[in-house]
Amino acid sequence: MSECIVITSGKGGVGKTTTSANIGIGLAMLGKKVILIDADIGLRNLDVVLGLENRIVYNLVDVVEGNCRLKQALIKDKKFPELFLLPAAQTRDKDAVSPEQMKELCENLKEDFDYVIIDCPAGIEQGFKNAIAGADRAIIVTTPEISAIRDADRIIGLLEANEMKDHRLIVNRLRTDMIKRGDMMSVEDVIDILAIDLIGAIPDDENIVISTNNGEPIVINQDVLSGKAYLNICKRVMGEDVPYLDLNVNVSFFKKLRNIMGINN
Amino acid sequence: MGFFSKKKQSSSVAKDRLKLVLIHDRANCNTELLEMMKQEIIDVISRYMEIDEKGLEINLGTTTSEYENGIVPALYANIPIRNMRAPAKRT
Repeated sequence: MSECIVITSGKGGVGKTTTSANIGIGLAMLGKKVILIDADIGLRNLDVVLGLENRIVYNLVDVVEGNCRLKQALIKDKKFPELFLLPAAQTRDKDAVSPEQMKELCENLKEDFDYVIIDCPAGIEQGFKNAIAGADRAIIVTTPEISAIRDADRIIGLLEANEMKDHRLIVNRLRTDMIKRGDMMSVEDVIDILAIDLIGAIPDDENIVISTNNGEPIVINQDVLSGKAYLNICKRVMGEDVPYLDLNVNVSFFKKLRNIMGINN
Repeated sequence: MGFFSKKKQSSSVAKDRLKLVLIHDRANCNTELLEMMKQEIIDVISRYMEIDEKGLEINLGTTTSEYENGIVPALYANIPIRNMRAPAKRT
């Protein structure tokens, strides 16, 4: 059974695109056939995060407008032959696509893929409406900051108003050292406030920045905690009951180790 | 909690502020609910006294709770009274 999942947040810069890329790759690592759609028309980014920026010929708007066939616009991933990207148009506007067209596109793609993952643009306007139109469920990304959580709450309200009841939360960029000091809201705090089910928690990890620089999402690296956390999310997406990683122990352990060794990387 | 850590943790400050903001946000998304409530309040009070319906205001605000720690959301109603006697029943 195929599914279409939208990755959304309301606020920009909380890690939607990084999360989309990692979930897409993670699902492909678990043997699924996946298509990632960049719905952020005008601000294309999923291609660079995946390291596929040099292969783009056609894009989402070309498909919708009939300038090319759907298959022609799909870009095959470098490492995972079962993973494809449908890039956004860079020189067009959000209203170049309608929710009805997106819905039709998602339905078509669901025939060929196990998972259709949509990277939603920030905001609650046309781009958001397009991105959620064809989705069966949503994953909301937030960080433990007031602004991001407030926007996530608004998004949850809008999703519910659009009859999308199946939505779960990723809390991104957690810093266990700050949570311990009482200077950052914990996952429990965020869940308590938003009253929504969790699907994963990602530690704030500089390895994510490094891997994004290289165009290779962190989930490929299963030696680091953030990579493991993303793969666990993918397993939960597939319906597996995976216990949550103890970000606390691991992060503080590495931190201690780094401090002992005097490394500051 | 040590002797010196009197200052409230910033995470709980954030949590408290956020809870209040969300109550307002969620209420604003539901202006018709506030409007319905306003009409029913007018109906009830009008049974006992004559009020200025146009001057009636209902807003969400905050107040310091006597029972819980800190600030809690509160419903504020400003209801100008015209006459303490009940208006004559319309026939």
